[in-house]
Amino acid sequence: MSEDFNDNKTIQAQSSETISGGGSGITPDMDYVRPAEIGEQDLYHGHSFITKWIFCQDAKVIGVQYFLLATFTGIIGLILSWLMRLQLGFPGLAPFMTAEHYYQFVTMHGMIMVVYFLTALFLGGFGNYLIPLMVGARDMVFPYLNMVSFWSFFVAVGVLLASFFVPGGPTGSGWTLYPPQAILEGTPGSGWGIMLMCISLILFVAGFTMGGLNYLITVLQARTRGMTLMRMPLTVWGIFTATVLAMLAFPALLVGALMMSLDNVLGTSFFMPTILKAGEVLEYGGGSPILFQHLFWFFGHPEVYIVALPAFGIISDLISVHARKNIFGYRMMVWAIVGIGALSFFVWAHHMYVSGMNPWFGFFFATTTLIIAVPTAMKVYNWILTLWRGNIRLNTVMLWCLGFIVTFVNGGITGIFLGNVSVDVPLSDTYFVIAHFHMVMGIAPLMVIMGAVYHWFPLVSGRFLDEKLGKWHFWLTFLGAYSIYFPMHYLGFIGVPRRYFEMYDSPYVTSAVGMNEFISIAAFIVGAAQFILIYNIIKTLKTGKPAGHNPWQACSLEWLTPSVPPEHGNWGDRLPVVHRWAYDFSVPGAKEDFITQTTPPSEVTDTKVEKT
Amino acid sequence: MSDIKIEGYDFKPGFKGMAKDTGSDQTMFKGVHWGKAMMWIFLLSDTFIFSCFLISYMKGRGSTLIDWPNPSEVFGLHVFGVDVPLLLIAIMTFVLITSSGTMALAVKYGYEKNKKMCGWLILATAIGGLTFVGMQAFEWGKLIHEGVRPWENPFGAPQFGSFFFMITGFHGTHVSIGVIFLFIYAYKTFAGHYDEGKRGWFTSIKGDYVEIEILGLYWHFVDLVWVFIFAFFYLW
Repeated sequence: MSEDFNDNKTIQAQSSETISGGGSGITPDMDYVRPAEIGEQDLYHGHSFITKWIFCQDAKVIGVQYFLLATFTGIIGLILSWLMRLQLGFPGLAPFMTAEHYYQFVTMHGMIMVVYFLTALFLGGFGNYLIPLMVGARDMVFPYLNMVSFWSFFVAVGVLLASFFVPGGPTGSGWTLYPPQAILEGTPGSGWGIMLMCISLILFVAGFTMGGLNYLITVLQARTRGMTLMRMPLTVWGIFTATVLAMLAFPALLVGALMMSLDNVLGTSFFMPTILKAGEVLEYGGGSPILFQHLFWFFGHPEVYIVALPAFGIISDLISVHARKNIFGYRMMVWAIVGIGALSFFVWAHHMYVSGMNPWFGFFFATTTLIIAVPTAMKVYNWILTLWRGNIRLNTVMLWCLGFIVTFVNGGITGIFLGNVSVDVPLSDTYFVIAHFHMVMGIAPLMVIMGAVYHWFPLVSGRFLDEKLGKWHFWLTFLGAYSIYFPMHYLGFIGVPRRYFEMYDSPYVTSAVGMNEFISIAAFIVGAAQFILIYNIIKTLKTGKPAGHNPWQACSLEWLTPSVPPEHGNWGDRLPVVHRWAYDFSVPGAKEDFITQTTPPSEVTDTKVEKT
Repeated sequence: MSDIKIEGYDFKPGFKGMAKDTGSDQTMFKGVHWGKAMMWIFLLSDTFIFSCFLISYMKGRGSTLIDWPNPSEVFGLHVFGVDVPLLLIAIMTFVLITSSGTMALAVKYGYEKNKKMCGWLILATAIGGLTFVGMQAFEWGKLIHEGVRPWENPFGAPQFGSFFFMITGFHGTHVSIGVIFLFIYAYKTFAGHYDEGKRGWFTSIKGDYVEIEILGLYWHFVDLVWVFIFAFFYLW
C-alpha cells in the first residue's frame, strides 16, 4: 500500500509516524492520489414517478424502501409479541388467544424479527443507503439487480403475511421450524402455513443474494480514489462481513426449506423418521430430523452475526463521532469483525446440545463458542476506551450507544453461561434462553438501529429529529426492556419453560405469576414507546430543525455530498478523493476538532495527524 | 494478469502482489470486470448450496436402514441385447464436458471480436446443454416408468428417489437456465450487440464481450458440479 502514494516519501523524510512542523514540508505531490482505474459509472436516471420512487434503481431510495418495509413487518412482529405477552401475563383474558394462535404468533414473531426485520433492515436498509456513500461510489454496481432484490423481498413479505389468511393459518412450529412436527397434522399451519413460510424464505434468500452481490462488489471493486479497505468506516466493514456470512449461510437455509417443502408436498422423507400416529404407521420413514437441525443452525448461527456485525460497525462510528475521538484500535476492530465472522461458522451445534449429540461434539462446539468471546470482548473494551476521556455529547444518539454497550455486555455474559454444555442443559428451553437472545440480538441491535436513525435522519431528510421526544423514547425503551428481560433470567432459573401456552397449576405459579404480569405490562409500554419514534419522524419531516451540511461534524464521506439529502449519483460532477481514514477527530493542532476524509495532507501540515 | 496496465500502479508478483492489491484503493481485483467478480462470488454461494445438498445426501444415504440400490443396475441401459452399466450417464457427461470446451472457445473468439465463430460456438454449447437436459429427461422418464418416485423406490431405500430427483432436478434447472441464456447470448452475438455496445433489454447496461466470459464461468461451474454429482450418485 505504501508504494501507492508518492506523498509517502515526504512524510518519511520528516518522521516515521506523524507529519509535524510549520508547513515547510508542503510539496506539490504531497496530495497526489493515483488516477481513477475505472471510468464513470453509467447510471440510469428515472424520470417518471414509477422509475424514480417505485421501481427505482437508486440505492438510496432502495435503502429507504427496505427500511420502510422492514419496519412495517417489524411492527407486525411487535403486535404479535403484545398478543403473546397478553396471554402469558393474563391467561384467559383474551378469548381469541387459543393455544394454536399462541404458537402461530410465537413462530411468526421470531421469524419476522430475525429475518424480515433485522436482517433486511441492517443489510438492505443501512447497507444500500450507506455503502455507496461511505466508499465514495455513485451507486451500487448493479442498480437493476438491486431493484429486483428489493421487490423479491417485497414478494417474500407478501407471501409470509399471506399465510395469516390461508386455511389453517401460519405455521406454529416455532421459528426453528423443526421437523417432524412442523409438517405433521396437529401442529397449527402444518399444510399451507409451513409451505408459504418455506416459499417466502426461498424468495428472501434469492432476493438477498442479488442485494448481497451488490454490497460485496461495491465494496471490493468500486471504491473511490484513495479509499483503501483500511480507510473504510467500520459501518462498511460490519455490513460487508455480514454480507459475506449471509452469502455462505443462507444456502443452508435454502436447502433446508426446499427439502422440507418436498417432505410436505411430495411426501419425501428427508427429515421424517418412521412415525406412529394413533397406532398407525405414517407413510414417512427413514429420514433424519437432526439433519434439518444442522442445516438450520448452520444458517441460524451466522444469522446472529449477520445481525450483530452491522450493529458493531455502526455503533463504532456513532461512538467515535459523538465522543469526538478516533475509534480505539481501528485495525483491531476490523480484524475482530472478520474473526467473529469466520468463527461464527464453527459454532452452530451449540444450539443443539440437547439433541442427543456425542459429548465430545458438544465439547468442541463449547470451545469454539467461548473463543468468540475474545474478539467480542475486544470490541467492547475498544468502545469503552473510545469513550474514555472523549468530548462526549450526551445527545440521543450517544444515549442509544451507551444503552447498546450495557445491553450487549449483559446478553453476552449470559451467552457464556449457555455456551457451556453442562450449564446449558438445565437452562435449555427455559426463559433464561429467551432473556439471553433477546438481550443480545434483539434489544442490543435494536438500540443500534435507533441510534443510527437519530444519527442519519438529518442526512436522509435534511432535518434533525426532535431531541426531547428522542430522550423519552430512549429512556422508556431502555428501562422498559430491562424490566422485561431481567425478570426473565429469574424465571429461567426457577425452571419456567419457554414456548408454553399457559402454566396452569404447575408449582411455578406462585412466584412466576406476578412476574409474568409485570413483564407483560412493561412489554405493552415498551412497544407503545416505539410509536414515539414514528410520531417524531412524521413531525420533524416537515417542521424539524434544518440540518444543513455535516451537522454532526463527522469525517466520513456520506456527510460530504454536494447536496443534502444526496441526489442520484451522490457526488455531483466530481467523485471525492480520500486522503485519510474516517476518524480524525480532535487532532492536536487542527483548526476544527475533525478533519474530513477528503482534506488533503497539504492543508493539515501543522497538525499532529497520523498517517492512515 | 501481466497484460493489464493501470496508470500509476505497478503490479508485484506472487503473494506480495496479492497483499498490495488488497491494500490498495479503488479495486481489490485489479482490472476485473464488476460482472465477472460478481459471478465468482455468486458461484461461491452456489457451491455452498450444492455442498449442502450433497452432504445431506451423504447423511441420508449413510443413515438409512434399507439397502441403497446398486447404481450400475439402476442406471444401466439394455442395448442390442447387452446390459451396459452407466451408458447413458457416460454419454451425458461426455456431452456436457464437450460443451464446456466449445464455451471456452467461444470466449476466446469473443475477445478476438470474431462474431461469427463466437456465435456458432455459443450455439453449439447451447445445443450440447439442451441434449444433456433431454437425456436427463429420458433418464427421469425411465426411472419413473420403472416405479421410482420421490417418496418410494422399488429397488431399495426410498431416499434414493428423493435425493436423486431433487439434486439432479436442481442441477438440471441450473443447466436449463444456462441454456436459455446461451440462446439469448448467441442471438446477441450474431446481432452484433457486443460489437456496438447495445444496451441490455432490462438492465440497460452496455453490451460487451466480457458477458460471454461471465456466462462461461457459470457454464463451467455447472459442469464441475455435474462431475461431483456423477461421482456421488453413479460411482459410489
